[in-house]
Amino acid sequence: MKIVVCIKQVPDTTEVKINPETNTLVREGVESIINPFDMYAIEEGLRIKERLNGEVVALCMGPPQAEAALKEALSLGCDGAVLLTDRSFAGADTLATAYTLSRGIKSIKDVDLIICGKQAIDGDTAQVGPGIAEMLDLPCITYVGKVEEIDDKHIKAYRMMEGGYNVIEASVPCLITVVKEINEPRLPSLRGKMNAMKAQITKWSAADIACEVDRIGQMGSPTWVRKIFAPPKREKGMIFKGEPPDTVGGLLSALKDKGVL
Amino acid sequence: MGIIIDQNKCSGCGLCVKSCPFDVIQIKSRKDENKLHPRYKNIAVILEGCTLCGACVEACPVDAITVTREKKEPAATIKDYKGIWVFAEQQDSVVQEVALELLGKARDLAGKLSAEVTAVLLGDKVAKEADRLIHHGADRVILVEDPVLKDFLDEPYADVLCHLVGEYKPEIILMGATTIGRAFASRVAARIHTGLTADCTDLDIDPQSKILLQTRPAFGGNIMATIHTEHHRPQMSTVRHKVFKPLEEDKSRKGDVVKVAYPGKIVSRSRIIDIIKDKTQQVNLTDADIIVSGGRGLGKPENFELIREFAEVLGAAVGASRAAVDANWISYSHQVGQTGRTVAPKIYFAIGISGAIQHQVGMRSSDVIIAVNKDPHAPIFDIANYGIVGDLFQVVPELIKQLKK
Repeated sequence: MKIVVCIKQVPDTTEVKINPETNTLVREGVESIINPFDMYAIEEGLRIKERLNGEVVALCMGPPQAEAALKEALSLGCDGAVLLTDRSFAGADTLATAYTLSRGIKSIKDVDLIICGKQAIDGDTAQVGPGIAEMLDLPCITYVGKVEEIDDKHIKAYRMMEGGYNVIEASVPCLITVVKEINEPRLPSLRGKMNAMKAQITKWSAADIACEVDRIGQMGSPTWVRKIFAPPKREKGMIFKGEPPDTVGGLLSALKDKGVL
Repeated sequence: MGIIIDQNKCSGCGLCVKSCPFDVIQIKSRKDENKLHPRYKNIAVILEGCTLCGACVEACPVDAITVTREKKEPAATIKDYKGIWVFAEQQDSVVQEVALELLGKARDLAGKLSAEVTAVLLGDKVAKEADRLIHHGADRVILVEDPVLKDFLDEPYADVLCHLVGEYKPEIILMGATTIGRAFASRVAARIHTGLTADCTDLDIDPQSKILLQTRPAFGGNIMATIHTEHHRPQMSTVRHKVFKPLEEDKSRKGDVVKVAYPGKIVSRSRIIDIIKDKTQQVNLTDADIIVSGGRGLGKPENFELIREFAEVLGAAVGASRAAVDANWISYSHQVGQTGRTVAPKIYFAIGISGAIQHQVGMRSSDVIIAVNKDPHAPIFDIANYGIVGDLFQVVPELIKQLKK
């Protein structure tokens, strides 16, 4: 079974802070990490490979620095890594990103299963996975919390809904997006790290994967960020300290006064 | 297409660097850049990763920065697209609350566009819900019924909606940012090749251009962005639960119900073989008015009973921090935060939760946040509207006692 895991390099939001004067993100010294949901996607790819044999290829679109994310994927046990990197990919929205990744997957050829994280933590859209499925004309199961069965013909998986799960069966090839619940990602082994250091990362430009120029990057993005601004500040809260009967009484009467409760 | 810094104007002041949300502007020496100027030593340089957002253009005091976007001539057909559609998501043949909330907003937008509001209802034996959609603001309901559409599946739903879009050409489509809506909207947008903005927290119409302005948080809510789709139709947005309010049900409202048959057989390469309800939750986290969440401060799994009891008194849903879920005190479906669910109830109680940034991004847009924690310096108090500093094992039972009175 040939599995492609799509990963994104994102800033570690635990370290992203706001400059209180300018209200912009302080990105200096912020580490880049693999999007946390994509770690579960890598792990699930590796587990399926270990059961069924085959290979796992990590695929990423990003600037040359994103190579670090792919090296990490290799150290975890991915067999191959492809970086789609080209200045003309810059400014891509989710539609152009899904298109570009779908071209990359076409070029990897004969892919049975594509696994994406549910969403990336910087954009939080959850749109790229289903977009790729559409562009490759594949069935898609989003928010997967468990892959119960999989072989080269079909997959049975649990889709996490607001109030429970749908158990869904789909034909393979297909695409799934995964949530945290699905597994517990492994740590890289020493041998994995050594292999990753030596491994070559395949780099493809827009021309290498035969992209239509008006469908990539900013040109291929129907949405356009018109304005960026700081979110409204929350007012300083009312904090009660002291003995519980008083603090609780104070809180409840404040909530009543404000019509909250 | 691109961003240009006028080397004759740039004074190297660095205000643009501070304004850049993506940290891709640097001040460099003009000598190194080979762009010498009689007065200024330094110049701003745009690095890779620029999204052409334009924040620096506004920040520049000498108007040295211009962002240009290749102007595609708006397709002649754009003006053929009219009306606002709301996808009336149903589960178990019952229209979800979020669809009613969207109808309320759609009415507001429709007023600014002098347009009609249409609810699109797909399912099997769901016609009974059409009136409710009209009573909540729809002028028209497009109804497609087929056994294949009983429960949501990506492909058949996308086939049907794309067909309807081709036939009726709506200007705007709004969907709930639910498990269903997010997957569905993305598939449809990719097929008809248009823009889609996820998780909007505000929608408005630009008074001049009449384009839909979609505002959403990014970077875990650290910045807000207003996004539009200028040259493609329909303009598509998803919106979370509870962002907008439904209109009061008006049973005297009249509207049309248009039954549409899909031409041909609806096929799917996936099928639902079972639906499992989450029995650990009385109230859905995502559409709860009140959520009571417990964290590490509870100490052990049995103590979640206290949270459940408190939630029951309030009629609230039970949430949890990542720490509590990772310790296996409660199942993942309860997790609120970056790697769990994002919620925005009217009242959010954070009990024994310190409030790490990853938790905050999942709940910070709640109307009122109330924190109970014994550590007065816990970060949760920075965003809480109300807080009690104290031992939760004393405070929560007292809350239950006083509320029961």
